[in-house]
Amino acid sequence: MFAVAPVLVHRAPYESTMGLVQKIFYFHVPGAILMLLIAMMAGVTSAIFLFKKKPWADHWSIAAAEQVVLFGAMTLVTGPLWGRKAWGVYWDWDARQTSALLLWMTFTAYLLLRRYGGPGSDKLAAGVALFGMANAPFVYVSVNYWRTLHPKTTVIPNLVPPMAGPMWFCLAAFAVMAIVLFTLRVQLEEQRAKVEALYLAADES
Amino acid sequence: MPVIRLLIVLFAIGVAAPMVVNAQPPQPAQEEFVPVDQLPPEAELPAARMVIGAYVFVWVAFVAYIFTLVKRVKKVEGDLAMLERDRR
Repeated sequence: MFAVAPVLVHRAPYESTMGLVQKIFYFHVPGAILMLLIAMMAGVTSAIFLFKKKPWADHWSIAAAEQVVLFGAMTLVTGPLWGRKAWGVYWDWDARQTSALLLWMTFTAYLLLRRYGGPGSDKLAAGVALFGMANAPFVYVSVNYWRTLHPKTTVIPNLVPPMAGPMWFCLAAFAVMAIVLFTLRVQLEEQRAKVEALYLAADES
Repeated sequence: MPVIRLLIVLFAIGVAAPMVVNAQPPQPAQEEFVPVDQLPPEAELPAARMVIGAYVFVWVAFVAYIFTLVKRVKKVEGDLAMLERDRR
């Protein structure tokens, strides 16, 4: 899918005012959509871990948090490159950009907590993920409530078919990649849990 | 009375300045907006560089993440094998 996507993007028509640089859209938007969806998922699984104490939910949360940081980095780098050409500035501190950066920083904080927080940091990090989840809908609607340079959410439903096709294809490719990476990351976390259990058993015996 | 004199001079300048400006021959209107497709080549930002930069970053991010993931999986698998060997 990732081999076909650039061909479809290349064949997609040029946008009338922005020209070639608008083609960043086909990687920027799928990255942003996945960042928001996975942030919501990380929040839900963190809540399950906090209130139901299910270990699988913790594994899912840490895997999802890494994906949010990955797709967030893609969104926050490709967006300013597009903006520099289209708006004349890389960064404008408008509501969409600032809230997206805040979301990315929240999940970066989650990962730093998990890495360096020591015992009990899993529950603290789960609380941080809940804040990240609360921010995700705000990131989405921010362009509709504040005056910003960023296009509104109505752009995607109103895309012309020659542009919508490659966009949905790229979103599907990103989603498949996200599912594969997520599955691998969850398996890694399960194996880590096994290693920890074996270390504990070795210490006790 | 120097303050009053100063005020009179300033008032005179304020009144006279627009008259002097208006007396000058009209300047051609300045074009403040220049359409992108009419920009001189040296003023244009190369769009291709931005597009290629964005796509390269996405690819590099995916490859780097997969690389770290595989590295971590191998390390955990190694630890697991070692611990199971020790148990036996």
